[in-house]
Amino acid sequence: MANIMVDFLGIPFKNPVVAASGTFGFGEEYHTIYDVGRLGGISTKGLTRMEKEGNDGIRLWETPMGLMNSIGLQNPGVEGFISREIPKMKQLGTNIIVNLGGNTLEDYLIGLEWLNQTEVDMIELNISCPNVKAGGMAFGIKGEVAYEVVKVAKKICKKPMMVKLSPNAENIVEMGIACEAAGADALSLINTLNAMAIDINKRKAVFDNIYAGLSGPAIKPVALRMVHQVANAVKIPICGVGGISTAEDAIEFFMAGASLIQVGTANFVKADSCLDIIDGITDFLEKENIKDIQDIIGIV
Amino acid sequence: MTQSYQSTVLKQKEVCEGIFELTLEGREVPKPGQFYMVKRDHGDYLLPRPISVYDFCEGKLKLLYRVEGKGTKSMARLKEGDTVQLLGPLGNGFDVDQMKGKVGIVGGGIGIAPLLYLAKKLEPKSVDIYLGYKEQDYCADSFQANGNKVTVVTESGKLGFKGFVTDFVKWDQYDTIVTCGPEIMMEKILRESQGKEVTVFASLERRMACGVGACLGCVVKTTTGNQRACKEGPVFNADHLILD
Repeated sequence: MANIMVDFLGIPFKNPVVAASGTFGFGEEYHTIYDVGRLGGISTKGLTRMEKEGNDGIRLWETPMGLMNSIGLQNPGVEGFISREIPKMKQLGTNIIVNLGGNTLEDYLIGLEWLNQTEVDMIELNISCPNVKAGGMAFGIKGEVAYEVVKVAKKICKKPMMVKLSPNAENIVEMGIACEAAGADALSLINTLNAMAIDINKRKAVFDNIYAGLSGPAIKPVALRMVHQVANAVKIPICGVGGISTAEDAIEFFMAGASLIQVGTANFVKADSCLDIIDGITDFLEKENIKDIQDIIGIV
Repeated sequence: MTQSYQSTVLKQKEVCEGIFELTLEGREVPKPGQFYMVKRDHGDYLLPRPISVYDFCEGKLKLLYRVEGKGTKSMARLKEGDTVQLLGPLGNGFDVDQMKGKVGIVGGGIGIAPLLYLAKKLEPKSVDIYLGYKEQDYCADSFQANGNKVTVVTESGKLGFKGFVTDFVKWDQYDTIVTCGPEIMMEKILRESQGKEVTVFASLERRMACGVGACLGCVVKTTTGNQRACKEGPVFNADHLILD
């Protein structure tokens, strides 16, 4: 039997398939459909220091093989997560990766201090939120801005820390290098692509926020290219995300240099997609006589 | 229990232009008001579509839907023996035990879909049914055996009374009103019933992605904050809804 267990930042993953942030809540809902303990891990809904109600108006819009969303980080806040969600998540039997966002440096630091005291396995620092002090431009656009937040966060964070990169960065390779230099233990990429839809009958943007994030199979080739580029530029491990829907997609990401992958929109297309992907990875390795998934990571 | 499985089409019938009744192999017995996420296998679109239970009998799951966009257009081409991906039953559904006394059921257009299965679970003598349509009525016959009185209203006057269905509801005769249909119709019902001794349950329609409560794409504003139409809903006590 081929080995698909992965060690990522010293944390054992029973397989390299993680449910992506924002698509899986805190695991509870999908656990009513299948045993989510079979997953390598779950990246939580993006958390902020304070509870958030999220955006008004339409929040979802389907595109050809893609999905745009403007949820607006509706979440129970870090404290709400710690008191209400962690105890339930611990019962699921899978690694807990906490996706943490913030509009100010202080938001991140307080959130990290609170999370240090908990039993979560890893932090995924979401730097795609608008930076209030930088006039609303996301932390994840300019390398030097990301460097500052990652550097300070790393000093506070006592958990392994992965930084989630936005494809909207001015230069994804420089962004990856900047985060590595700032002390990121790993990188996950990519977040959603900034996108737009217009309702031609109403003659206005579909979303109240005008722009929204595009995910799904439509963005997979872009994500794969970025993972490949960044993997060739940094030494820290990479978690590949972006439109992965099948085991074949996942294997492409491993070959491009990712040692862990996340599945997002595909969970909506078929609720137990992650299980199909896990089984499909094993099948591929068996068929190709590959003993360990490590043997295909970064081979392209 | 919610299940994700492949189901076979037993029958597909166009009941009138653009309105389809799809019969599938069902598993779990759903509650009235619950829904399924339905995706045609090899469909040329991404997300499954939330479709409410029209009827369930002896393992046969019936869905009634209107062709609206890409997903339903693709579903309309399904034929006997084809397969679909089903996830469900989902949502809270109607709580039949809460529907005490005289019940008025008010459906508008394709919003009648979840109301037949509900009517079947109630005592016909205590139920009056009001069905409103724009041009053409459909499926009104199916309701006849399940209510004390069935009132059909069309905006065109083609069949039944002419006008809006809300103009014909005898507001003061009911302890409970259940409604599903266009938001404008449901808002009218909510306003009419305010301050009256009547409990209104409204089944809402929202765009959905996951259907299980994870993505937060379908939230509804309520007096207790955002609630998920797919999880805490789609049926809400109207007292808790905050209208725009």
